[in-house]
Amino acid sequence: MNRITLDLWVGVFVAIGLGALLFLALKVGNLASANTGETYVLKANFDNIGGLKVRAPVKSAGVVVGRVGDIRLDAERYVAVVTMNISSQFKFPRDTFAKIRTSGLLGEQYIGLDVGGDAEVIKPGESVKKTESAMVLEDLVGQFLFNKAAEGNEKK
Amino acid sequence: MLDRATSALRGLGHRVTSRIWRLGFASRFFLATLLYSGTSFRRFFLTIREIYFTGVLSLIIILVSGLFVGMVLGLQGYDTLQRYGSSEALGILVALSLVRELGPVVSALLFASRAGSAITAEIGLMKATEQLSAMEMMAVNPIARVVAPRFWAGVISMPLLAALFSAMGIFGGYLVGVVLIGVDEGSFWSQMQASVDFREDIVNGVIKSVVFGIIVSWIAVFEGYDSEPTAEGVSGATTRTVVTSSLAILAADFILTAFMFRGA
Repeated sequence: MNRITLDLWVGVFVAIGLGALLFLALKVGNLASANTGETYVLKANFDNIGGLKVRAPVKSAGVVVGRVGDIRLDAERYVAVVTMNISSQFKFPRDTFAKIRTSGLLGEQYIGLDVGGDAEVIKPGESVKKTESAMVLEDLVGQFLFNKAAEGNEKK
Repeated sequence: MLDRATSALRGLGHRVTSRIWRLGFASRFFLATLLYSGTSFRRFFLTIREIYFTGVLSLIIILVSGLFVGMVLGLQGYDTLQRYGSSEALGILVALSLVRELGPVVSALLFASRAGSAITAEIGLMKATEQLSAMEMMAVNPIARVVAPRFWAGVISMPLLAALFSAMGIFGGYLVGVVLIGVDEGSFWSQMQASVDFREDIVNGVIKSVVFGIIVSWIAVFEGYDSEPTAEGVSGATTRTVVTSSLAILAADFILTAFMFRGA
């Protein structure tokens, strides 16, 4: 086989191989929707983060505005310190409420930001003051049973 | 009695030492291949010729088996997922299993049996017909001229073939899941995009396939170069290439997976 045909076939092979990689990156993966823009850091302390993971979405009104960057335990106060990378175009008021929520019954956990009405915004690096921990199913069930038992005692 | 026991022990020891000797020789050979790979990039046509033989000619088997693996994944995944009422997650299942595991591993296994065995047989036959010695007589380094281009062609072709395998498999899963069974097309793609991460899943898959490419090509060129220069020796070396590289791929896959996906 002469050199030109060989080059052509190898060129075709490399081109469709790279095309497949591009397809994987853009159509299958999240590269197209990945937020590569400018972000700033917000922190929040939670008593219990449940199953929250690094890279979990941060949503406001259901729209993804950032991702969880880091999760650590504060060794002095024994609370979880969650660092969030928020897209720079969104600023949140000082009285914003950060809650850990679950999408669906068994879905992944994310941080929901419920926006307050304060005129001042949280500056980059500061903490969200008002937080609500993740709901732990066992605690809920335990509380429910305890209440039921208390009701039963009252009726007697 | 004692005689038989000592001779068995001696045989075992001999086998172990010869394996270790071969491993050392293979490592030295690997370094020599890297050292003399200048030629395969300066005269890149040598490598392109080998990419044609190892990569382009493996296209058909990779594409067809990728399609069928994806279609089977679609059928089996749907069967299990619909029991839990989450058949929309079919896209995630197909994409993650292909991109993370099946794409790199199965295409490397196919590559070892399709291209690796051919490389070994070719180099082994060159050795048996004393073409390698003839090259040395003409002051042409056979490692630079014969071995290194084949090695690099394998390393370059492998990730491309693995990406094609994964893409084709996802297309097969789409065909069965969406076109044939009727899973919702929008949630098939959007759930897939939401949970397949570029860095975590796709780049790790590519890293895996590059490592497998190095392993398969190394084993193939080494077995060819080290084969006994007889018809029997070449056939034995070809068999050893397929067996050893399949085992090495699966073992390396476990190690790489343990490093990459620790369920953080």
